[in-house]
Amino acid sequence: MDGDAFLEWLRREGRIVIVGASLAGLRAAEVLRAEGFSGSLTMIGDEPYEPYDRPPLSKAVLLGKASPQHTELPRRREIDAKWRLGVAATGLDLAAKRVRLADGDEVEYDRLLIATGVRARPWPKESEAQLDGVFVLRTRDDAAGLHRRLKASPRRVFVIGAGFTGSEIASACREQGVAVTVAERAGAPLVGALGGVVGAVAAELHRENGVDLRTGVMVTALEGDSSGRVRAAHLSDGTVVETDVVIVSLGATRNTEWLAGSGLGAGPRGIACDAGCRAFDFRGIVTDDIFVAGDVARSPHPLFNYQFLSLEHWGNAVTQAEVAAHNMISASAERQPHMWVPAFWSSQFGVNIKSVGVPSLGEQIMITQGSLAERRFIGVYGYQGRVIAAVSFDNTRWLEFYQRLIESGAPFPVEFPTVDRRPEGRQPVPADFPDPSLPSHGPTVTLSGYSPADRRLVFTPGRH
Amino acid sequence: MTQASLLRQITDYANRANPYPLYEELRKTPVLHEGDGGPYLISSYWDIESLLHDPRISSDAANLAAAGADEMGGPEATGLPPSFIRLDPPEHDRLRRIANRPFGPPHSPHKMDSMRPELAEIVSGLIDGLSGEGQIDLVDQFAYPFPVTVICRLLGVPREDEPRFRSWVDPIVAGLDPDTGREDAERQKTAQEARLQLGMYLAGLVEQRSKEPRDDMLSQLVTSHGPDGPMTTMEVLSTAVLLLIAGHETTVNLITNGMLTLLRHPEVLRRLRDEPGLAVNIVEELLRYEPPVQLVPQRTCIADIDVRGITIPKGSRIWLVLAAGNRDPERFEDPDRFDPDRRDIQHLGFGSGVHSCFGAPLARLEAQIALYELARRLDNPRLVEDPPPYRRNAVLRGPRHLNIAIDGVRPR
Repeated sequence: MDGDAFLEWLRREGRIVIVGASLAGLRAAEVLRAEGFSGSLTMIGDEPYEPYDRPPLSKAVLLGKASPQHTELPRRREIDAKWRLGVAATGLDLAAKRVRLADGDEVEYDRLLIATGVRARPWPKESEAQLDGVFVLRTRDDAAGLHRRLKASPRRVFVIGAGFTGSEIASACREQGVAVTVAERAGAPLVGALGGVVGAVAAELHRENGVDLRTGVMVTALEGDSSGRVRAAHLSDGTVVETDVVIVSLGATRNTEWLAGSGLGAGPRGIACDAGCRAFDFRGIVTDDIFVAGDVARSPHPLFNYQFLSLEHWGNAVTQAEVAAHNMISASAERQPHMWVPAFWSSQFGVNIKSVGVPSLGEQIMITQGSLAERRFIGVYGYQGRVIAAVSFDNTRWLEFYQRLIESGAPFPVEFPTVDRRPEGRQPVPADFPDPSLPSHGPTVTLSGYSPADRRLVFTPGRH
Repeated sequence: MTQASLLRQITDYANRANPYPLYEELRKTPVLHEGDGGPYLISSYWDIESLLHDPRISSDAANLAAAGADEMGGPEATGLPPSFIRLDPPEHDRLRRIANRPFGPPHSPHKMDSMRPELAEIVSGLIDGLSGEGQIDLVDQFAYPFPVTVICRLLGVPREDEPRFRSWVDPIVAGLDPDTGREDAERQKTAQEARLQLGMYLAGLVEQRSKEPRDDMLSQLVTSHGPDGPMTTMEVLSTAVLLLIAGHETTVNLITNGMLTLLRHPEVLRRLRDEPGLAVNIVEELLRYEPPVQLVPQRTCIADIDVRGITIPKGSRIWLVLAAGNRDPERFEDPDRFDPDRRDIQHLGFGSGVHSCFGAPLARLEAQIALYELARRLDNPRLVEDPPPYRRNAVLRGPRHLNIAIDGVRPR
């Protein structure tokens, strides 16, 4: 069969398997059908639920404004899929083109999309993690359980890690009048993602809203009572905080363990793929039949020195899934690159935070509009003399402009005048990111790898 | 006619009924500057969209005045301070936040929905009043009285005062018309005086409301207790003038342009009668196809900016021709076709960026209810004349009258 004939056959009666039944998996399935794929489609998901939306889980759901059972993702179209829900994929046989499932079943594919995403990083001490009242927040079940606890008027909630999720949880607690302590290893909340200058504003937000924010400390132990319920958290500064609920919010772990030994280029940092979403095998050779999308993918981005970016962003999951799906059933000349400019948002303490680009690459930051003190501003990040990212606090409507500056590699510092420029915004200052080698909750954007043109390319195959 | 007079042709009343061929011509020179200190006209979708989010573009009345000979005059030069539509952040943002507290989310998320029954009742009453007539003027008998009644109730302005405030609103709106051909200075002076008069009229109401607050926006503006505090009295007056005028002068055109377009596409009018849900998309497509605000002529740039390789020097005036962008074939497939099923429909009808239309949710709801009810209840409506006579204004463009023959009015 020549290429064209194969493609035609694939589109007509091929077998496509999607591992991961969340946002990326669903959107990919919809695009496959929308583009005329009429073969068999299998959706495999380890959770027992049809695809649902996660951003509300740390916001509206915790506030009781939305039920955790009712955050299903809206369907754009029928996908006519075989659903294998509540069954995790446990292995992949590249040569036989088969996915192994936890129940012993095997599913054959002609094209495979891996969209297994990430899971919450658990508290490292297992016995403490199992105490009643210790939570992570990633799934619908996590949110339902946590919401029940928050409703039961806990004396105090203790959040470990002041990244975006941890901060949103703290915000939801305060909005309901629940006492909350947040412990953060770095000097301020959100520093991994946005740096110390913006982190200082986030710290003010926490404190003004009544959060007991402890920075520069680590949690050394969680203590339970005789009935196995958590009762206190011990901190590295020697203090002990009594609490009924602990939420471990230490970032995420990529769901790639099931691919160990498969030969695919999968590891703790995700699954490497090219800009067209095709997975690399461990030798650095791109596969032709396996595609990757969403949080679990890491792909090179030309705008950011061809570094491999892995992004835990809602919008990235959608566009990458769309590109992957299109490419899965297209001839090579028709394939599209995934060129999404990273963007994410958060809402906490009544403030809308949005970012474009890769702030954590930034060496300096400049407040080009508004003011840090008023907590309404645009901060622009510079990297090697060009604009690399921007963040807005309650000022999202300007961000599009800054996105174009990023896309066009505009020079940094920003010399031209802007409306609402304050004296503080005339000079750039160090963006103040922590040393990336220090462990923390981690930024939502992680940079790894090197330019494809760089001969020093080092690739670490899946090893756990 | 030469290229050099394109701006004049656009503002020329003779071209009001169909400016779209001129916009097509305009898009051939997406950054048009006809010299003589005139404005830079921007007409392609992506350029407009990007300038609406560009922090080097100012809406500040003072910057505009400094930019020299202004067809728009400086209506705020005397009397009232500028309203937020003619201010930049942070002042714009502060005033708009206070104005938004009683109007929309996050503080009043259910306001629009709660107005729905009231809007429907006003519409039904107006349509009831058309029964027994063989020919109606949709503007005078429906499209004007409806939004006026709504904005009066929302703000707390007595509806019966309409003849009074209309005598001030008309010259103010005429002052917003960049018709370069007419005696400009005098028109601007009249507009300024009218604005002051309207402000004084509203000052009386505001004084009442600060003593005895009611459930209306005037009361809420003077008593606002948000983190930004209340507005000053002068700010309340400027804001109230803005909301009163913007609250109906644009909607009347949206509804009238809408009905005119539907009468020109009778198959869509018939569908709407049976598919009330279609009204949502019809209104969006109308905002693209026949936007009630054709262009934004009140911007200046505070830095040299580059658009398509052309440098617009700092201090220049910029016109964003929304209606031209809305029909840009680079952005919309088959842009001159009115397509009620269009899905890719991110139009510029309400602008975009920090100045995007404050009243958009209300205008949408008013137009959806109005057009559906007209489609449902008017029996066999036909255009009496096409094109209808237009209002003078090139910015706020719409028919002055829309005479429609009907066989009757169906029951509610």
